[in-house]
Amino acid sequence: MLSDMKKIVFYSVIVLVTAVIVIIACNKDIEGRTDNIPALAPSNLDLNAGAWKPVLLTSPSEFAVAAPGATASPDYIAQINEIKAWQADMTKEEERIVKYWSAGGVLRWNEIMRELVAKHNLPPYQNEDGTYPAPSATNPLAYPLFPFANPPYAARAYAYVAAAQYDALIAAWYYKKLYNRAAPYKVDSSLKVLIPQSDLPSYPSEDAVLAGAAAEMMKLLFPGDQDFIQQKAEEQKRARIIAGANVRSDIEAGEALGKAVAQKFAARARGDRAGVAGGNPALWKQLEDDCIARGETPWVSLETPKRPPMLPLFGKVKPFLFDSLTVIALRPGPPPSTSSKEMKEECDEVYHQTSRATRENIRIIHFWSDGANTYTPTGHWMSIAAEDFIRKNFSEVRWARNIALLAMAEMDAAIVCWDTKFYYFNPRPSQMDPNIKSLTGVPNFPSYISGHSTFSGAASQILGHIIPERAAAYDAMAEEAAKSRFVGGLHYNKSDCGVGLVVGRNVGNYAVQRAKTDGAE
Amino acid sequence: MKKISTRMVVAAMLLFAMILPRSLSAQTDIDALMMAKNAFCIGPMYSYSSWKNYWEGTLKRDNENLGTVSTKMVAIMGNYGISKKLNALFSVPYVKTKASAGTLQGMDGIQDLSLFLKWRPLQKEMGKGKLSVFGIAGVSIPLSDYTPDYLPLSIGLHSKTALGRLMVDYKLDMGLFATASATYLLRDNIDIDRESYYTTEMHNTHEVKMPDAANYNFRAGFRNRRWIAEAVVNIWNTLGGFDITRNNMPFPSNNMDATMVGANFKYVIPPLPQLQLVAGGNTTVAGRNVGQARTVYGSIFYILDFSRKSKSTNPNPNAE
Repeated sequence: MLSDMKKIVFYSVIVLVTAVIVIIACNKDIEGRTDNIPALAPSNLDLNAGAWKPVLLTSPSEFAVAAPGATASPDYIAQINEIKAWQADMTKEEERIVKYWSAGGVLRWNEIMRELVAKHNLPPYQNEDGTYPAPSATNPLAYPLFPFANPPYAARAYAYVAAAQYDALIAAWYYKKLYNRAAPYKVDSSLKVLIPQSDLPSYPSEDAVLAGAAAEMMKLLFPGDQDFIQQKAEEQKRARIIAGANVRSDIEAGEALGKAVAQKFAARARGDRAGVAGGNPALWKQLEDDCIARGETPWVSLETPKRPPMLPLFGKVKPFLFDSLTVIALRPGPPPSTSSKEMKEECDEVYHQTSRATRENIRIIHFWSDGANTYTPTGHWMSIAAEDFIRKNFSEVRWARNIALLAMAEMDAAIVCWDTKFYYFNPRPSQMDPNIKSLTGVPNFPSYISGHSTFSGAASQILGHIIPERAAAYDAMAEEAAKSRFVGGLHYNKSDCGVGLVVGRNVGNYAVQRAKTDGAE
Repeated sequence: MKKISTRMVVAAMLLFAMILPRSLSAQTDIDALMMAKNAFCIGPMYSYSSWKNYWEGTLKRDNENLGTVSTKMVAIMGNYGISKKLNALFSVPYVKTKASAGTLQGMDGIQDLSLFLKWRPLQKEMGKGKLSVFGIAGVSIPLSDYTPDYLPLSIGLHSKTALGRLMVDYKLDMGLFATASATYLLRDNIDIDRESYYTTEMHNTHEVKMPDAANYNFRAGFRNRRWIAEAVVNIWNTLGGFDITRNNMPFPSNNMDATMVGANFKYVIPPLPQLQLVAGGNTTVAGRNVGQARTVYGSIFYILDFSRKSKSTNPNPNAE
């Protein structure tokens, strides 16, 4: 019996060791969810998208694109030969970029944006004297790096790039239809074609439009990452030539158009009041004093040393889907008074949740936390949307339109939410009751209303309109995202999360209204 | 005879009627001690570890939003002598973490089961002492679904690991000894609750690639059947991974390195040779992406003997 036991111990340990080594050795490489998705092959080319309603452009022809040269000209033939030269000597890296970009330019630029937001979403470290340095747009590579891509900053950044790309593609589709130049592989059937063929006219190149618009817009938003952005833009343009999808003149016309449209958006961004949203010590003091004058306990930073509130004037930024008066109209009524029984009960509810968190609640909290060094809640909803859009085979212009609708809803949700937060200046649960310990970082701005809930309400509303069969799923996700902030100890359930969802959905409805009337449905 | 009755009391308490103490030494996967054949050593271990300063990459700093981060651990550890040349060891820890400042909640739970096979293929007289060579293989497997993605307050990294270790020990007959070992640790990818994370680039997956690690351990001191007193240097080196970015939180696949120095003591109580008391501590003298931790620990081991023969033969045989 003893020797049996010995054998059991011995062999089971041997088997276990071998099994673990085999599992570990075989299992190292990981793949991102969109690393190896197929090339975009739109089910509908949306040839009439030149007539869709742009965001800022006064007309699709606001920026002129010259007529292309004839496909029989020597110049065009030289451009075809350029494609052949690339194709004759393709490297692995060139194959990789063709495959990467063929999945869709709007998708890839959205992913690049998410990456830059995550990289830059880190709060600056304090100065020696306990104050905090502010990142500088004119010196972006000095610490603290510019920007600090926090949730409002990120929401606005996604919106500008998405809206600029959308308007630029409307213009591109207008000229495609107008000039109707066939794709190079239709002109010269001897070309290799490395992407799905289509009847979409190739001049100007939609990929170059996207690269031009993104690179130009991101100069303003991520000025310290120009090398990285420019490299991506060059890659995308080269990928299209290598793939046989565009000749160089398609690319050049597209890039110029994209840049011109983006410059119009950049001009708007410079004047949208986001640059002064950080406020100053006098304003921070006044927010506190005003709250005390109303007889309420004001929000206090829970960080040590105390950090100034995040972008207290972001509520004054100019929205995309409505005007500034509507921001005020969308602001909800006040939360329960900090001295009320109701607030005490909400506080106790948070304490009870957090003091016995289940593993499932921890999963939800971390799944939705989207805190420091992540792409923020807006980026999370972008990711959710993008992975559903991939399955819908949208044309590039419809991709751009849908991402822009979502991104503008998120930016405007951030504006309405921040307006509310700094209008009421309500304390976090952990400030009201220091016994409340959170299960993810407590954001450094007032509690009412929950940003995650507002973002998620807005996102679920517009996404449910774009993909109606997923509407219930988006609602459930939004509810879960809102719940995560309550069970994580960051927000009151009823006032912050409940009201946040409602306000978010109200904002989302403006995007739905726009979607119904933009000519794409 | 007093000795036997005491032994019986303890044995009865443990609900074993026929067990007898035998080997006097035991115990970790990284020392040169072996249990005798059929002897089983088991006991609880408690450790307390804390740090206030940590290395953010190579920059040493503190964090007023964490204060002092502490980790308490209670583990059950055991060592079974399959033969005098081959031992099997295990440990199961319960871990609880806490930050003294800031708003973040600590975590607690059962962490990872570790299993080791410790093999001594070679032992020979050399000069006035004995040279031993060991080969050690081990695995660890998370026993609960705790989250690793909550550093520095998660209770572990939740990676399945496997290690191979080569160890050499030389002990003079008078008791002085030195032991050196080198370990390679394979670490499996882990899953986190998030759908994406940023290291030095974006990863759109919930799976995290964990760098492997190496460990070098040197210990020297005095040991006999009653006492062990040793000084230990331990060097942990993660083979890859990335640095914590400025003012960011740590991440499981960081490039974590640590050099620790410490001491261990073991004492066998004369009237109760089946009981061993172990205590020790260490401090981190250099690091990267880890806390500058100080750790103290203590344990009590009890030795059970599954060998029937031992009752009638030598009551106190082969230590080591």
